[in-house]
Amino acid sequence: MGCWVMAGITFREAARKKILWTALIAGLGFLALFGLAMHFQIEDFDSHGTAPFIRYQILSAMLMIGLYVVDLLAVLMTIFTSVDTISGEISSGTIHAIATKPLPRWQIFAGKWIGFAAMIAGFVVLTFGGTVAVAYAMGRVLPEHPIHGGVLVFLECLLTLTITFLFGTWFSTLTNGVIVIGLHGLAFMGGWLEQMSGFTESARLVAVGVATSLVMPSESIWRRAAFEMQTPLAGSLPFSPFANVSIPSPTMIGYAGSYLLIALFIGICHFQRRDL
Amino acid sequence: MAIQTQGLRKEYGNKVAVRNLALCVPRGSIFGFLGPNGAGKSTSIKMLLGLVSPTSGEAFVLGKPAGDVETRRKIGFLPEHFRFYDWLTPAELLRLHGRLCGMPAARLRERIPEMLDLVGLTPHKDKRIRAFSKGMMQRIGLAQALIHEPEIVFLDEPTSGLDPMGRRLVRDVIRTQNKWGATVFLNSHLLSEVEITCDNVAFLKDGEVVASKELRAMGTEEEVHVTAHVRNLSDEAISALAPWATGASLEGEYLTASARSGDGLPEILRHLVRSGADVYSFTAEKASLEDLFMRIMGEDRGL
Repeated sequence: MGCWVMAGITFREAARKKILWTALIAGLGFLALFGLAMHFQIEDFDSHGTAPFIRYQILSAMLMIGLYVVDLLAVLMTIFTSVDTISGEISSGTIHAIATKPLPRWQIFAGKWIGFAAMIAGFVVLTFGGTVAVAYAMGRVLPEHPIHGGVLVFLECLLTLTITFLFGTWFSTLTNGVIVIGLHGLAFMGGWLEQMSGFTESARLVAVGVATSLVMPSESIWRRAAFEMQTPLAGSLPFSPFANVSIPSPTMIGYAGSYLLIALFIGICHFQRRDL
Repeated sequence: MAIQTQGLRKEYGNKVAVRNLALCVPRGSIFGFLGPNGAGKSTSIKMLLGLVSPTSGEAFVLGKPAGDVETRRKIGFLPEHFRFYDWLTPAELLRLHGRLCGMPAARLRERIPEMLDLVGLTPHKDKRIRAFSKGMMQRIGLAQALIHEPEIVFLDEPTSGLDPMGRRLVRDVIRTQNKWGATVFLNSHLLSEVEITCDNVAFLKDGEVVASKELRAMGTEEEVHVTAHVRNLSDEAISALAPWATGASLEGEYLTASARSGDGLPEILRHLVRSGADVYSFTAEKASLEDLFMRIMGEDRGL
């Protein structure tokens, strides 16, 4: 019960503080820009009489770029909206009046997590679904496995959310933000190193890339999503966020899922026991 | 007992916030918890509410270990540094806290207007809390602490930031709650407020209870300051006051002394007259809580 009250109040807070509407406007703005780019490209194809095969491949690549931006936007949105929720309420003392009510602390943590997860789900459905819908409506292109891709992007956001909540039980808002952004930077770098290793065939680069993915598996989830969604041409580009050079295995996705659950568990346990 | 603690201790690294807290608060009483800044009052309250885990010792609230989730249904709390979701209106905030306490929606619909009325916020019910003054915040804080009709209420500095009308309102609310049988645990710096509100007080110094008093008994049984305007009072007569008073001294024509209790006052006056002194005036004032506080804490302890 308390869990759902907290989830509801988290959602309501986002609406009252205009976070929901700002995210909605940002998402719609992005879709409008993406639609405009598709429109101009299709007009150019029509005027040049571009061959259907080339036309399809280029529009598919544009779709992948759009989805990559959606992924990046969703992850950043997750961090910026949730970074203050645990640490901020602890440091301001807002948590005192809530944590003395008859609900176990884990329900406060879990309720907030569910509230943010629901908001992020809405954002992913809007931006990811919107991008796919715009690309299909205007250029008749679809990702290979859009559902797999969408679910993986959402999983990456949930992982980010959980990490942000976890460190929020230990550190101040600013420190928490620096840690989470830093971990994402690390994962991003590791992903590119793995891509490069495929090109240079360096086993040591692979090892570094895998190690960073184990520390923070968010980028691996995106690369798996890209693999699931991309067309063969986009996948064959050696240096891109969608390259097929080093594809995270389903085991890696399983690892990321377990990582999320363990981080959630540790976060709840620490919040349950820490002094407020 | 509403609250019982034994050897409660809290350390933060090398710093000992609460040393050895032993408290017994009877059910249905209004209990004042006094001490200078940094004495460990807020940490003690946080331990009683389960917000902070003690390093050692035991604490029981309403017969259950402090922090017990089900017992919290019977506890109300107004934090010292109160911060609430300021994007809500007062009615929405009360609904949230009522729901977190598991109150049914129908009961909340009745209770919210009652509480807003009680704390005088009905005219402001549609404003966002962020537009509230400190005093109004304190009032809504008090309402959220009482929304679920708790059996015990912890009020951490409830009158700080309030104007005289607000203080009177808090005092009236405390008395009303107490009349209904609730125990009130009051942490306040305003000793005059505590003096007129509380039944019992405990003085906390360096994380330990160093004294406790039953304030209702502070009448005839407590120390009383005596000042008399006298002439022709001999040194022998001053020394002979010892059975009834301490610290007797004469400065010019004014005798000051501390009577051990109100019962000794007639004896002192009789003795002065019998000794041949001319008594022009005789006034007796009971020691205020502030006097007691200063004596226990020492003059150098700032509040």
